[in-house]
Amino acid sequence: MLENIVSTGKKSTREGFGAGLHVVGQQNPNVVALCADLVGSLKMQAFINEFPDRFYQVGIAEANMMGIAAGLATAGKIPFTGTFANFSTGRVYDQIRQSIAYSHKNVKICASHAGLSLGEDGATHQILEDIGMMKMLPGFTVINPCDYNQTKLATIAIAEHQGPVYLRFGRPGWPIFTPEDYKFEIGKAYQLREGSDVSIFATGHLVWFAVEAAKTLAAEGISCELINIHTIKPLDEEAVLDSVSKTACAVTAEEHQMHGGLGDSIAQLLARKMPTPIEYVAVNDSFGESGTPAELLNKYGLGIANIVSAVKTALERKK
Amino acid sequence: MTDISKLKDIASQVRRDIVRQVYYATCGHPGGSLGCTDFLTALYFGIMEHDPAFNMEGKGEDVFFLSNGHISPLFYSVLARAGYFDIKELATFRKLDSRLQGHPATHEGLPGVRVASGSLGQGVSVAIGVALAKKMDGDNKNVFVLTGDGELQEGQIWEALMFAAHHKVDNLIATVDWNGQQIDGATKDVMSLGDLPAKWEAFGWEVLYMNGNDMQEVVDTLKEAKRRCGNGKPIAIMMKTEMGYGVDFMMGSHKWHGVAPNAEQTEVALAQLSETLGDYPYPYEQ
Repeated sequence: MLENIVSTGKKSTREGFGAGLHVVGQQNPNVVALCADLVGSLKMQAFINEFPDRFYQVGIAEANMMGIAAGLATAGKIPFTGTFANFSTGRVYDQIRQSIAYSHKNVKICASHAGLSLGEDGATHQILEDIGMMKMLPGFTVINPCDYNQTKLATIAIAEHQGPVYLRFGRPGWPIFTPEDYKFEIGKAYQLREGSDVSIFATGHLVWFAVEAAKTLAAEGISCELINIHTIKPLDEEAVLDSVSKTACAVTAEEHQMHGGLGDSIAQLLARKMPTPIEYVAVNDSFGESGTPAELLNKYGLGIANIVSAVKTALERKK
Repeated sequence: MTDISKLKDIASQVRRDIVRQVYYATCGHPGGSLGCTDFLTALYFGIMEHDPAFNMEGKGEDVFFLSNGHISPLFYSVLARAGYFDIKELATFRKLDSRLQGHPATHEGLPGVRVASGSLGQGVSVAIGVALAKKMDGDNKNVFVLTGDGELQEGQIWEALMFAAHHKVDNLIATVDWNGQQIDGATKDVMSLGDLPAKWEAFGWEVLYMNGNDMQEVVDTLKEAKRRCGNGKPIAIMMKTEMGYGVDFMMGSHKWHGVAPNAEQTEVALAQLSETLGDYPYPYEQ
């Protein structure tokens, strides 16, 4: 039931990463961590305190960090790199492409402060292109969990997964609404609620907004199927197609550019397998700016009201 | 005692392999490959403890990384001659469905290659990663990496040098192919490297020198570098080489950086290099 999806408190997804990293440190002696001068921001201190010999401070040198991670993976370690999403991707794209992706290295690139919701630091840091860049790399897994619990579980899951992973999370405190102990499966969509009129596919912070939007729409008699696509690549095609075969229209929601994000992945799948009206809630070919997370998400069209209106447009189009 | 004359014989065959690979592919990078032949031959046949059965992780072995991946014809020849794969496969260099890509890659599963290289400036970082893992695992073997000198214009190199000194990665031996040439001309004209040894020293490395085209000196210097490992500092070797060494008309010029010789030039080149171990057959036969 939609009413049962409630926030049990607020914590940032990056705190979920820090907690998950600490757990995998305890579970697997091959896990090592690297950070480019952002230990506090990435919440890596618990891991460092317990495993100081398995942590490397790299300084402000992200390219070198990616190369070292590739080397550690070559020798059988499972390196987790930590820095902001912008510096985890665009800044070091060629290093990731050649030394990690093309070379099949088991590196976990863990990226905080993704999207507009990092807030006041502004557009230099608000990367909105990272999902697109990373999903284009052959063999890369791309995960964008939605809350503290899911980020913690995803962090634990990627340590067990053989292959390069991009794990994307964020800065602000955010409602916690997924269970803390369910079996998180990479590549397996998480259905929050069944519905019949429209499928909402959301990732990251915007999953919570999709929940809120669905509540508003339910009051108007519109039944939304809510699906949390935490793994953008590989996409759970079966879950998407099953849902759309029932609802016949879709809305995607993400804190990312419209070009290259989750919406594009879903649209590409539907265009090939099941042509369907689809509306995007995403940033429309624009950089961000300074402001509070709430102000920014609102201004750039990523608010709850934007999802509500996208659903109504999608419903109109399927008539 | 390392048998210098035997190493020279291998190097002569490796140089033949380089010329023939590039000729048959009609492209590739002979200049730097020929210049670094003595170094890589000495490393694989006289210095490193390594297993041609090839294990990616390289535990308990000395490990080498080629950062300047464009000198792949040299790398492939040495790996094949050392037993990592059949020398017949050298005939597939740069051809469709080959494991011998234009620049080294792991993607096709070629034994002996541990990371892709070609986009410059990345190999020292990767080598550091393996060196750190060896320290964590109590593995006392060393990690070697070769970079070009033009490659040092990449900023990532200097990030890596800072890290290696700061974290005392003293099981790492980096060699610079100091031939003073790059694609567009002499390094001093394209982008001056300044006082290169002083820069490495200032970054906290212990610096050695050698003439990379004198086999005895190469072997002695590499042994000395190995001896100095474990003293709290990473080791760098400034290796003076001549691009194109061993083929008179290719020597001392950047013009043969990335150009294949024609049939006539190939004949002239091969006449200067004795066939000591037997040429690989061409074309490729299963």
